[in-house]
Parts: sequence; structure tokens; C-alpha cells
Amino acid sequence: MTVLRSRLDTAAPGFAEARESMLAKLAELDTEHAKALAGGGSAYIDRHRGRGKLLARERIELLLDPDSPFLELSPLAAWGSDYPVGASVVTGVGVVEGTECVVIANDPTVRGGASNPWTGKKTMRAMEIAEQNRMPLINLVESGGADLPSQKEIFIPGGRMFRDLTRFSAAGIPTVALVFGNSTAGGAYVPGMSDHVVMVRERSKVFLGGPPLVKMATGEESDDESLGGAEMHARVSGLADYLAADEADAIRTGRRIVARLNRRKPGPRPAASVEPRYDAEELLGIVPSDLKIPFDPREVIARVVDGSDFDEFKPAYGAGLATGWARLHGYPVGVLANAHGVLFSEESQKAAQFIQLANRADTPLIFLHNTTGYMVGRDYEQGGIIKHGAMMINAVSNSTVPHLSVLVGASYGAGHYGMCGRAYDPRFLFAWPSAKAAVMGPQQLAGVLSIVARQSAAAKGRDYSEEQDAAMREMVENQIEAESLPMFLSGRVYDDGVIDPRDTRTVLGLCLSAAHNAPVRGADGFGVFRM
Amino acid sequence: MISTLLVANRGEVARRILRTCRGLGIGTVAVCSDPDTDAPHTREADAAVRLPGRAPADTYLCAEAIIAAAQQAGADALHPGYGFLAENASFARDVIKAGLVWVGPRPEAIEAMGTKISAKELAARAGVPVFGGLVPESVTEDDLPVLVKASSGGGGRGMRVVRDLADLPGAVEAARSEAAAAFGDAAVFCEPYVERGRHIEVQLLADAQGTVWAVGERDCSIQRRYQKVIEEAPAPGISADLRERLHDAARRMAAAIGYTGAGTAEFLVAENGAASFLEMNTRLQVEHPVTECVTGLDLVEWQLRISEGEALPAGGPPPARGHAIEARLYAEDPAHDWRPQSGTVHAFSVPAAVAEFTAPAHHGIRVDSGVKDGAAVGVDYDPMLAKVIAWGATRADAARRLAVALAGAKLHGLGNNRDLLVRILRHPAFGAGEVHTGFLTDHGAAELARPLADAETTRLAALAAALADAAANRERAPVLGTLPPGWRNLPSQPQTKRYRTADGEEPAVAYHCTRDGFQADRPSGVHVVRVAPGEVVLETGGVRRTFTAATYPGPLTCVDSPLGAVSLFPVDRFPAPEDTTEPGALLAPMPGAIGRVVVAEGDRVREGDLLMWLEAMKMEHRITAPADGVVTELPAAPGGRVEAGAVLAVVDEAAAEDEERGRP
Repeated sequence: MTVLRSRLDTAAPGFAEARESMLAKLAELDTEHAKALAGGGSAYIDRHRGRGKLLARERIELLLDPDSPFLELSPLAAWGSDYPVGASVVTGVGVVEGTECVVIANDPTVRGGASNPWTGKKTMRAMEIAEQNRMPLINLVESGGADLPSQKEIFIPGGRMFRDLTRFSAAGIPTVALVFGNSTAGGAYVPGMSDHVVMVRERSKVFLGGPPLVKMATGEESDDESLGGAEMHARVSGLADYLAADEADAIRTGRRIVARLNRRKPGPRPAASVEPRYDAEELLGIVPSDLKIPFDPREVIARVVDGSDFDEFKPAYGAGLATGWARLHGYPVGVLANAHGVLFSEESQKAAQFIQLANRADTPLIFLHNTTGYMVGRDYEQGGIIKHGAMMINAVSNSTVPHLSVLVGASYGAGHYGMCGRAYDPRFLFAWPSAKAAVMGPQQLAGVLSIVARQSAAAKGRDYSEEQDAAMREMVENQIEAESLPMFLSGRVYDDGVIDPRDTRTVLGLCLSAAHNAPVRGADGFGVFRM
Repeated sequence: MISTLLVANRGEVARRILRTCRGLGIGTVAVCSDPDTDAPHTREADAAVRLPGRAPADTYLCAEAIIAAAQQAGADALHPGYGFLAENASFARDVIKAGLVWVGPRPEAIEAMGTKISAKELAARAGVPVFGGLVPESVTEDDLPVLVKASSGGGGRGMRVVRDLADLPGAVEAARSEAAAAFGDAAVFCEPYVERGRHIEVQLLADAQGTVWAVGERDCSIQRRYQKVIEEAPAPGISADLRERLHDAARRMAAAIGYTGAGTAEFLVAENGAASFLEMNTRLQVEHPVTECVTGLDLVEWQLRISEGEALPAGGPPPARGHAIEARLYAEDPAHDWRPQSGTVHAFSVPAAVAEFTAPAHHGIRVDSGVKDGAAVGVDYDPMLAKVIAWGATRADAARRLAVALAGAKLHGLGNNRDLLVRILRHPAFGAGEVHTGFLTDHGAAELARPLADAETTRLAALAAALADAAANRERAPVLGTLPPGWRNLPSQPQTKRYRTADGEEPAVAYHCTRDGFQADRPSGVHVVRVAPGEVVLETGGVRRTFTAATYPGPLTCVDSPLGAVSLFPVDRFPAPEDTTEPGALLAPMPGAIGRVVVAEGDRVREGDLLMWLEAMKMEHRITAPADGVVTELPAAPGGRVEAGAVLAVVDEAAAEDEERGRP
């Protein structure tokens, strides 16, 4: 036992200020989450309920094991776009009959559940999570198909979904489709490509072409039921494996299907979980509202890992990055956490060594981001900062143990890469409301643009307007600031969600457990480390 | 001296006798039928002999098998308990003939009291007041109301009240057939029916040397269907003169027949104080513990000592000290015609009890029970689960102790009469000593059987059950069990659970988990203090109470709290498959055995026609046609045992219509 000793002064003004700032950001987040929860709004919800149908989240709740947790993914997808927050689909990781599954549920109250480009991104991300973590995929289908005005952005990439469904099947990742309503045209391939299909009597409608299209194509007179009704598919076409009497029956059947998948998680079960010694509530006051002020990530670790027990690796070397071993909900983890923003050569080399050790020990890694990037300057360039940063990126890129990233504060520049940003395929990536991610800080970026413009003007012998420069800097700063914010990044599905800092332990625990549905095995080799 | 005693009985009485034998150093042998091979009495005896079979006739009523068992196991004495062969003179004779000590009166004494008709004649000769028995044919309008009684047997079998002369022939016929079936003696008689009489009985002990003790009396007036529910000693509010008259009459009866051992003379006392002899029970009584509590005597011990030839001590019986009340816990539904309940006793305990099968050293609660946790209470035997006895300084003291002990009893798995018992004990009329045989009719059995737990308690119990279930769920969860229960990053709705009560209420529960633990959404206004799989602490109106929740297959959740016990049936989240019962199917209303079947498949029947008899709980239930039709199916066969809900017959109305129209 090496219990972290917290030095957090909860009575200090800085704590209260940071906490106030965080609570304000959480209130904004709640407002945006409420939009996702509101789906298509009360009128559409009432109409949907009036048809005796369950809402997407009600279907999920009924599908899940009672009292089990559920992590909704990408709830802010489409934030800042022309489409409603949530992207007309609900995705997440939950437990069905004791098995962790990825659930994808169309929200038919939002434009009939039609898919827009963000729906596609969010769905594909959920499928990627199912694939990487080898979790069964359950589709709760009721969608009017593609949102036609944006078809150009959906049609070509969207085909991937059907390809992936059958690849999952080939890879031994079960796919289940519970069809509650429309699943027509391209959507018909969701049940078509799934291992297990349940349809609801008098509700499911699964065909390539509906009566008007058939009439146009061949002149044949037909109706919905004969073309794609549940009874027809269960008794005639054989597309439906199970005919459910109603929605609840379909969900019950879906649960029985999962129960009979006989999924067993590889590897040992987690050890006993021990609550941290410090109150998670205090996580609200750790990150200052001004990210220029550094904070000790050990204060975060002490409130997240089992028993606040953390064995630090190389504490005296490369102090800008804290690395060490811990457990989280019983799962062993290695933690990498930025301690003062900048990554120097020492931090990079330490990270590269630590990641290799974790791979030797088949231990998942958690990255807690608060970095402004790799150090710049003559001494550092000459000292090989690129080489050393590359070692860290090499290690992160080729590491095969599960990676979980949490953007706690800043995540700028190549530091975002080295700390396993989105492009480095962490199994899950979340952001605190306090996080910011961009190529560099807004002020720095504006300043760089200003210097470049000034030099360009000078080279051309033109005058340089300080007034214009100030306006330009302000505009750029505002734009970059807005685009660095977690809601913006979450809207683009660059993370899996913005989380309440107090939920960090729960979210990471759930993700670690999910990741353990696939074998956890370290890399056998890495790229050539440039020495 | 007896060295090894065979107990020719089962259940609580067998355990009661074993208890005394253990104390006296007498070895014990139990007998057990097939359903009883693992019963407590079988396990507790030093040795046990199996009586192959299930039906009483093959087992506990089979004299030869029992005597053979005694010889096989080397017993030198036999105690019959009560019920079964306890008052069977020929059995007593066979036991004695086999060289065993018969713990009971001489066979001649049993015989003399064997039929009520002859017992009354004997009583009259001994100068004991009796009702004039009436021959059914001679009953006139002036005699009404009358009670039709079987001459043999007891326990309410064959008894019918007749208030209208027109009903008399039917009642007599029914009583005769019931008596013939139950006791092999169709003789019945009539006597005046006393509406609000009191049933008072005198406990007797008589030794072979001629000493007869009247060891106090018991009031057993609160009865349902002529079966005792609450018994107490001494009888409340009777004059010293009446008490002495009853004791004296009882002693004279015993002396008249040369009675030995323990016995009981039963009297009916009219409102005007007139007492008349009803019958004499030549055995131990179910309600003997109340007498044991107030006298300090061990009646079973005295039965054994007297059968060994010991004389009662000089100086007469000990006087009564304080007051004792016994309540009989039955697996039955008082609100629905006392319908017997069959199933599993998942858990039974009376935490307040300080003594078992013996009087407490000081005032307190005694429990005599024949069931253990997990025992099946079926159609085979009497549905009495246990007797709970309170002994206190005064009657009010005993009643308060008993009511609280019963209310706090853990009784999981079977419908039972506990709430009725508690409400009787707390009823002002009971408190005032206004006990009589019409008590339950006057105050309404259904009213008295109302659940002790009110609607609010039921709602709280449902919440406690749901939360305990959530905690248990998490402990059992193969994955993510250590995460907060029902955690959501985007909470959209609470966790919901529904339950059903036996009364058809459906309390719904909604809750969600916050960072500070569970929060109840429905019922509202409840603060959840603590949640563990078996125990939940809830606070309402600033008051904290602990609810314990136990779950059993079925599924069933039993919640106990200081507010009352609540049994909840979790409602499946997914509706069950449709009921597949055929229309027109007649289902057994309760578990029992098929008596006579008077129709055959294909018979045409009219609405109300008798189809068969179902024998259950010492009663014969008429199964009649629900409508005009044709009997298309008849799975019930005479003698067959059925569970509640089994299809007995199918009467097809359409088939009858087809037949009328000449269609095939």
C-alpha cells in the first residue's frame, strides 16, 4: 500500500473558485444533455407514445439488467451542427443478462429516426467500441432511413455499417437486431446483416422498397404487411428469427438471445474494489478555471483509484509527467498524468519506458491529459525533443493494452498525440468540462499568426496596422477558444462524451470492465525507437 | 418404568412429547410417513421408523404398522398424541396386547366416551347436566336453531347449523355422509344450538389409585367452523360457583368411568350461565400449554408417570398463577372462507419466544411448532403451523405479549391467519372478556383478518424490497457489480419495480441512485438511510425504521418491520405468456382430495348440477357445473389428490348447444 497523501486545501479560495467554475460548466453541460434527452420534443414524444410505443431510452432501460449501470456514449453528437443534439440515436454500453453489450437505439421522435451525417459518425463510433472490446452489438431499430437532404454525406460512407455488421459476425462478435418499426431500404440490411433478428407483430416494417416504389418499379400493387411485415418475415421470408407480440416481448426475446450467447470474459476477474480514501466531490475544485495555472494530477488520481493507492514510477525523473501503478474497480492500471503541462525529453522517455512496462505486464493504461505540448526552443530541439517525443508516440501507437484517455485540462499540440488522443485509438476518450484541445492554445495561435503576418508585411514593405492586428488576434482567439471546448469536440464525436469529474471513477471502471471483454495482451514489439 | 417410547404421531405434538421424554431420560422412537421423512419430529427422535405411504390410512392411522414399528425399534411404551389413533379404543387394546405400555386411559374409558350419544347418556347418569339430544326426525320449529352433529369424531366434521326446518334433511344427509367418510360412523343427532355460548373445558388428571384432579379450566370459545382459534386459562369472567360446578362435573365424569391419565371434559355454557356437558376427550388437548403455563405442571410428564403407575401427589392440583393465552397459527386465509394455503414455509420463527414445548420459567412466550424453514405444507395434513402461547401476570398482560409476539413473528411463504389473531387479541371485546362461539361471526372474520400492514406500510415495504433487491442485484452481478446501482451519465428515468400483494394491490416503486446514495421517487417523502441486500433503513416523518427483506423462489419477497409484515410478489418486467386455461374449465379452489365424482365424460349437465366432491380441510366442497353444457373433459378421478388450480372438469357450453341443434 502506497496511499497518496492529498495536499488539496479545500478551504483555499482557489479551490472554491475552481469549484464554482466547474459547477457553472456542469450546469451548461446539463442544459445540452437535456436537449439530447428531449429527443424530438414533447409533441413527437406524445405522438410516439400514443402509438403504444416506447421511447428509445425506455427500450434501453427495459433491455438492461435491473439496477445495472449504463454509460451513454456521444450524447452531444451533432452539437453545434444544424442537426439536433444527440444525432437522433442513443448509443451506449450496458449490461444485458450479465453480458456487457453495446446498444444502438434509433430515436424515432427525432425526424422519424432518420440518419444524418452525425448519426452515422455516432453509430460508427459505437460499433467501433463493440469491435475493439468484443462486445455484442444490439441494434434497437426504428428509423426512416437516411435524412434525404444530406444523403450525399451519408450514402457512400454509410455502407460501411452493413459491411461491419457482417465482419463483426465473422469475428465472433454477435449482432442482434430488434426491429420496432421502419427499417426500410438500406436500413433493411441492419436486420439483414445481423446474427439474430426479432420483429414485432404489426409494427416492424422491413423491405427494400415500399408499395409506391414497387408500383413505380414494376407496376405491382402491394402493401406494407406483405412486403415487409413481421408475420411475413417470421413465416415466409425467414428474415425474422423471432416474432414478438409487442415491444416488451421483443425486448424480452432480445435478452434471452443474449443470455444464450454464452459469452465469457477472458482473463481473470477484477480484484475487490476499494473506494478511494478521498471524496470524489473534491474533484470539482482541483482544475483551476485558468488552465495556465498548473495543478497536481495526483490529487485527481487519489480520488479515482482504489484506496487512493498509487505506486509512482520514476518520481524523481521527468517530473512533468506522473506515472505509476494502481487499481481501479479492481482492475490493474498504469496511469500517465501530466503534472506541469510541458513534456520535455525526460518525460517523453519516461513515458516510452512506462508504456513498454505496461505492455510487458498486460496492464491497461489511463492517460490524464493536461499538456501544452512538447517543449520548443533551441536547446530542446538540439537535445532531441522530436526524437524523444517520437519515442513516446511510438510507444503509445504500438501499445496493445487498452488505453483510456481523459482530457482533464489542456490537451494541445503533439502532446495530445503522445497522451493518446483520439487519433491514437484509445478504447474510450472522455473530457471534463474544464478541458480544451487544439493544436495550441488560442492566445499562442493568435500570437503566432500575428508574428507571421507582421513578418510578411515587413518583407513586402507594407505597413502593419496594430489596430487590425488586435482585431485579428481577438477574432482568432475567440474562434480557437470556441473550437477547443469539450462540447464542440464532443459534437464532432472526437470524444465519447463530456463527463462530470465526480463520475470519473465510475466511467473508467465501466470502460475497463468493457475493455476486458477482449483479451488484454501487451505488444510483442514496437517501432524502431530512435536513439 | 418406561425405557423407550414410540410417539405415534407427527408435527408439533410429536415434538412436544419428545421434549418431555428427553427431560425424563426416556428414549424415543418416531414414526414417519413418506412426506415426513425429513420432518422435525423424525429428526429429533432417537430413532425413527418409516411408515411407507402418504395417506394417513397407510401411515399414522395404520395400527398394525405402528405397533410393528414399536416392536422393531424396541419401544416399551406408546404415546398416541392427539388426532389420528389417540381416541381409538381398539388401537389402545392392540397396543396393550402387544405388551406395550399405552400412555392413555383404559380402552374401556375411551370406548365409553367414544360416541357423543353414549357419552351424554353416561354423563346424565353421573348427574352431569347435558343437552337433551334430539333425533333429527323429531325436530320441530320450536327447537330451532339446532346443531346437527356426528356422534363420532370431532373437530367440526359433520357439524351443521340448521335455522330453517326445510334445510334439515339436507344438512342431516350431508353430516351423515361426512361422518361416515371421516369416522366410519354415520350416526348423527341434533341438539339446541346456542348462538353465543362459551366453550369451557376442564383439564383432568386421574391416577390409577383413584385420585382425580380438575387441573383448572380453559376457555376455547373463539372458534371458526367449530375449530378453536384462541384458547386461554383460566376462563375469564366466570363466577367461582360456575367454576366449581364445572370442575365438579368433570371430576364426576372421570370418576364414573374410572378414568386414568389426562383428559378433558368439554362444556357449553349459555349466556345465562347454564352449563351442559358436550363430550369428553380421552387424550391430551392441543391447547394443553395454557394449563401448563398457569399451573406449572408438565401434563405429558404426568401422562407418562400415571401410565407407569405413579400416584398424583396429595394436596390436590396447584392453583392457577397468572393468565395464559394460546393462538393457533394456521396456513389458511380467514378472509376467503378459511381456505387452506399450501406451499412452502420459507421461514418461521417467533423472535419473542423464550421457551419451546415447555412453559417459560417466568412470564413470556412459548412456541410449539411442527414446521421448520423450507417445510412444505401440503394437502396431506392439518394446516396448523404452530401454537404461540403467552403467559402473563394478568389476562391483559398475556394478550399484549401474545399480540406483539405474533405481529413480530417471521412467517414467510404461506398465507396465514396471523393478522386475524393479532386483531382478535387487540379487539376491545376480547379485552373485555366478551368471548363466545359467535365472536368471529359477530365481529366479522374478514374485518378481523384485514392485514395489519396498512397501505402506507405496504408502499414502504415495497420500496424496501426494491432497494434490497437492487443491493442484492449488485452483489450477484457478474460484471460491474461495484459500480453505483443503476448509474447513468444521462439519467432519463428512475429504476422502477412493481410488486403485487395477496390482496391484489400493486405498489409501484421508483428510485434512482445519486452520488449520495438511493433516492426514492415513489413513494415520495421517504429518506433512504441505508441499503443492504437483506436490510433497508427508511426514514419517514423524521422516524427511522429497519425493514428486513427476504426473497424466496416463486418469486416472493417478505418484508418485516415494526410496522407489520408484508408479503410481496415481484411483478415480472415482461408480461407472462397468456393464460392457457380452457374456457369452461373448473379449477380446484384449493388443494384437496377428490371424493365422489357423480358425472362421467360426455354427460349433459345443468347449471348448478353437482359434478363431484372435493375433500379438503375436513370439509367436502361441492364442485358444480358453472353453466348448462357437456362434460367434455374429466381429469379428476375419485381419490386423486389435486393442488389448487388443477383442472377438475371442463364443461363446454357450445357442445351442449351443438347437441341441441342436432350437430355432431
